[in-house]
Amino acid sequence: MLRWIVWRDLMLAWRRRSDILSTVFFFVIVVSLFPLGIGPETQLLRSIAPGVVWVAALLASMLSLGRLFANDYQDGTLEQLLLTPQPLYLVVLGKVLAHWIIAEIPLVLIAPLVGVQFDLSRETLWILFVSLLLGTPVLSLIGSVGAALTLGLRGGGVLISILILPLYIPALIFGAGAVEASIIGISPAANIYLLGAFAIVSLIFSPFATAAALRISLE
Amino acid sequence: MQLTGPNGSGKTSLLRILCGLLAPAEGKVCWQGADIRSLGEDYYTAVSYLGHRPGIKDELSALENLRISNALNGIEVSKAAASDALVRMGLKGRESLPARFLSEGQRRRAGLARLLLCNTRLWLLDEVLTSLDKSAVGLVRSLIEEHLNRGGIAIVATHQELELSAGVTKRLELTT
Repeated sequence: MLRWIVWRDLMLAWRRRSDILSTVFFFVIVVSLFPLGIGPETQLLRSIAPGVVWVAALLASMLSLGRLFANDYQDGTLEQLLLTPQPLYLVVLGKVLAHWIIAEIPLVLIAPLVGVQFDLSRETLWILFVSLLLGTPVLSLIGSVGAALTLGLRGGGVLISILILPLYIPALIFGAGAVEASIIGISPAANIYLLGAFAIVSLIFSPFATAAALRISLE
Repeated sequence: MQLTGPNGSGKTSLLRILCGLLAPAEGKVCWQGADIRSLGEDYYTAVSYLGHRPGIKDELSALENLRISNALNGIEVSKAAASDALVRMGLKGRESLPARFLSEGQRRRAGLARLLLCNTRLWLLDEVLTSLDKSAVGLVRSLIEEHLNRGGIAIVATHQELELSAGVTKRLELTT
């Protein structure tokens, strides 16, 4: 059942490829603006790199979260999904998984490439990749709660940012902290573990919250 | 059962309460003696709901729409069976066209094709006759009649007269 939902969302995304590309381009452009604006001061660039890449990833996922349920809501397929004989938890999990594959994986893959602009070493780029790989599921999972709560509201796009960005702060601190640690030459393991723990907690709890929010939004 | 009444009299709200999308202000909805809130997902193995919006994805073809929505309802249908259903709904030759190229009535027909393949007992149909032509209305009527003859229940909210011949049909008229 889960695979049908994931497959459906992946196919829909494939038919509207421009949506995926716009998120990736946004991420690349935002990250690239900093080295261009600051100039070739490698020391400064290296120290701001973790924060810049992570914040850009948060903002880029804001762009795609609005669409997570909105399209299905508009054409009535979300109602149908709620009325299927399977736990809503699974439906939400499938949609979040698809969102992660569609909107977050491309960012994770391209992050080491744009990180080169900040004069990061190879190990640091690797840590950047790992921290994003662990942290982006959190963005999709917690973001889905906001997407469900703001469903059908006018100006939902701004509201979702206000609601969700504060909840991303732990992921941002641990994710950027891991990269920071790698830059100054200490072990990033502690930050990575905490990030992983945060990902597991949000994997367990946020689909419930999203499911409840969806029921409220559709009443 | 046919639900009639002027605009805003609560036909859609009643159907949404019956399918559990909306919580009733008071009282409860029971299916075979049990509250649908406690039945949860089990209830939905017995119910098909078609709302105002046909529930069709623009990017997918009618065939893909039909197969996916059935699979999500726990019934995996073969390509052949799905296209048979679409042919019966008068969409021959349009099965593989993305749904955004279909007309409003054709999209509705594609949505209705789901009823052909589901094996639910209770159908909740909300204004399904909107933007359908005469032959499609006849098709819907025969679909509902077949369903009733199999022992199914259908609750249909509509402005138009359905004139079902099979068995007993009740009318519930809502007023504002």
